[in-house]
Amino acid sequence: MQVVGGINTGLRKVPAWLVYLAGLGWAAYLFWLGLSNQLGPEPINTLERLYGDVAIKLLILGLAVTPLRKWPGLNLMKFRRAIGLTAFGFVLAHFLVFAILDVQTLERVWTEIVKRPYVTIGMAGFLLLIPLAVTSNNLSVRKLGGAGWRKLHKLTYAAALLGAVHYLWLVKGFQIEPVVYTALIVGLLLTRIKWSRARAVFA
Amino acid sequence: MAYRWKNDLTQADVTPKSMFLNRRQLMGGAAGLGLAAAAGGARAQGALEPNTLEEIRTYNNFYEFGTGKEDPARNAGGMVIDPWSITVDGLVDNPGEYSLASLLDGLTEEERIYRFRCVEAWSMVVPWNGFELADILAKVGVKPEAKYVAFETTVQPDVMIGVQRRVIPFPYVEGLRLDEAMHPLTMLATGIYGEPMAKQNGAPIRLVVPWKYGFKSIKSIVRISLMEEEPPASWNIINPREYGFYSNVNPTVDHPRWSQASERKIGGGLFATRQDTLMFNGYEAEVASLYEGMDLNEFY
Ligand code: HEM
Repeated sequence: MQVVGGINTGLRKVPAWLVYLAGLGWAAYLFWLGLSNQLGPEPINTLERLYGDVAIKLLILGLAVTPLRKWPGLNLMKFRRAIGLTAFGFVLAHFLVFAILDVQTLERVWTEIVKRPYVTIGMAGFLLLIPLAVTSNNLSVRKLGGAGWRKLHKLTYAAALLGAVHYLWLVKGFQIEPVVYTALIVGLLLTRIKWSRARAVFA
Repeated sequence: MAYRWKNDLTQADVTPKSMFLNRRQLMGGAAGLGLAAAAGGARAQGALEPNTLEEIRTYNNFYEFGTGKEDPARNAGGMVIDPWSITVDGLVDNPGEYSLASLLDGLTEEERIYRFRCVEAWSMVVPWNGFELADILAKVGVKPEAKYVAFETTVQPDVMIGVQRRVIPFPYVEGLRLDEAMHPLTMLATGIYGEPMAKQNGAPIRLVVPWKYGFKSIKSIVRISLMEEEPPASWNIINPREYGFYSNVNPTVDHPRWSQASERKIGGGLFATRQDTLMFNGYEAEVASLYEGMDLNEFY
């Protein structure tokens, strides 16, 4: 655990705002790639997918913060809020590309959301993330109280799962990536179940 | 029987090799003109602007080589296309294994500029080089009992990453009703822009049925069978609710995954606007009669 300790020490010097900066920078860079014709012949769909991909990865990373601290002892706690909010930023960007660049009219946005199950599910994930993003500040933590805030933020699992199902549903044929993401989210969820309590329930 | 359908093109309109990468304005054919006028849409001029060769070669669906749009261009290099033979069997007078050259020998090659509409709601315009399928079928002799034509794509597991990963069941198969196969618009293409077909586009020979969603236009064909019964079609087997046997481009029949009312033409950049999808992809005047009396909501 020497290495992990070293990383933890190093990370203490890294300010959390760097996560926001990196996220914003990356989102802007991807957008610029699209603008400058470097995302292939169909930049709209490519950008939409790139943002969705970063979003689900960051959601998973956010969920992994607590388990990682338990084992192998990596402490990313300081960055958790920034990771979560940046994940939300990418979901928002993903949605905006979908609405503005891809389907282009409000009427079509609405039809897509109600008609296509995979979009409906993605939308549900996005909507669940909104109260979490809004309460990701010290004032809200104080107002809600630690226990209440933690309870509310368990919704992150639901949002991530909806994101994963959204991905599973939208691919055609058998593809490995959405299966891996789903397995990771389910695995992380399992680490959070209090087994002693579960045993008591099922005994 | 070649030249049963004409682009409104003269020899002068055929792109010089040096200009492949430049866009050009071409007319969509007399029939296209009449139709567009009837539709009164934004494309009323009937002008078809072919996509660049680079766009056509780098944005592909060919699941044998992976599911990403750029995968086929990256992974298709290892496919063996020479020598190439095509098995012709079923209800034909002259069954057998034909070399590509012997199958095409004596037939007239044409350039056809067609709209190409993917079920994923994107589209291109492609200047194909190839042969009317009807000419090829005439050569092998279709027996009177035959009602359908079945096609099969090559399977080369060693060089096909999608086959190794079993993305969908292979070989990829497709089929047409005989009258669709004999239609003047239906062709087997061997080139694009006068260049030999790139592997990711379905080298050395592929089907082109411009009024149907792209997945019907099966690539890298190794078998053509004439049959009495409706043959299996890959996506129809995988998900019959989403992909019908006919799969005619139809803006009024919705698909569970993608709205088919509009499409985005490849090549318009980050702010490309959608355009309305045309009935039968703009070939209504030519093909609507094939489906007279059929409920297109049922036979989608
Ligand atoms: C929790 C929220 C969401 C997550 C985590 C998420 C994630 C993803 C991922 C990972 C992909 C596939 C990326 C790839 O192929 O590499 C994707 C695609 C897509 N998402 Fe989302 N998404 C979310 C919400 C939404 C919302 C709200 C919408 C629209 C209302 C949406 C619409 C789409 C569309 C249209 C695609 C592309 C489908 C295609 O190319 O055929 N997503 N999303």
